[in-house]
Amino acid sequence: MQSKPSALKILDVASVLALAVAIYLALIYAPEEATMGQVQRVFYFHIATAWVGMLGFVAAAVAGIAYLRTQNPKWDIAEVAAVEISAVFFFITIVLGSIWARPIWNTWWTWDPRLTTAAITELIYVAYFMLREGVEDPDRRARFGAVYTLIGSLSVPITFFSIRLFRTIHPVVIGSADPSATGTFAMVPGMQVAFFFALFAFTVIFIDLFWNRIRMGQLAAKVEQLKLNLMH
Amino acid sequence: MFPLDAPPDTSAYMIAGYAVFFIIAAIYIVSLLVRWRNINQDMTTLETIEKENKLKAEKASKPKKQKTAKKK
Repeated sequence: MQSKPSALKILDVASVLALAVAIYLALIYAPEEATMGQVQRVFYFHIATAWVGMLGFVAAAVAGIAYLRTQNPKWDIAEVAAVEISAVFFFITIVLGSIWARPIWNTWWTWDPRLTTAAITELIYVAYFMLREGVEDPDRRARFGAVYTLIGSLSVPITFFSIRLFRTIHPVVIGSADPSATGTFAMVPGMQVAFFFALFAFTVIFIDLFWNRIRMGQLAAKVEQLKLNLMH
Repeated sequence: MFPLDAPPDTSAYMIAGYAVFFIIAAIYIVSLLVRWRNINQDMTTLETIEKENKLKAEKASKPKKQKTAKKK
């Protein structure tokens, strides 16, 4: 077994520390929002996890393009790692949004353009793993996966811009919101610190998880190769 | 709501939100650790089998060589 690189060990520690600071800023440092109360604090992690989700889906599409160009399996491993991490974080985003919506919109879920496109994006990436499970040949699996993530990545800008293009009740925190949006608020400086640090912290966490997950994928590929060698 | 009104008590939803975040994140990290351990175990087992197979193959080829040397 390969020992963990020192840089990755440092990144592991940095991720834990960044998460701890992000929690402090979100729960204690940032001021309480006047109309929504404490539930507004969910927003810091809601946006940060959404950012990681979208970042990973884009990274998966880039890895997909790299695989199609080079046919190098390392890009397939990176693609799977990115999709897996992002699917988990994007699921957290949807659940956090639903919890925030209950006291603010008086409902857990509504078929608003943003919520609908986000749900579709999540389902697209859950289906990605089903597709991979259904293909036996590793080369075909990697090729299908690459094309799928490339097409699936179209859902990312659609989800991002849905609140800017369609009439929606979902708030737009940065930029102008639809007048019918419910739960919009102005970010005071204390909130901005918590918000931008959460984005930074989750970016570090994503890189750390991504690196760890790629190493796991590489080891799994070695195991598969050893199995094949022993069978022949 | 008037601007001077106290904000509504929505702290239960905030706690629920962060609890959900930690639970899902913990489940994912545990799943990574378990899969990592299983892959490592598989790797160790397969390497051991490969070594044993090599030793067997060497042992099997040695007597044949000795026999052919004696005949000469």
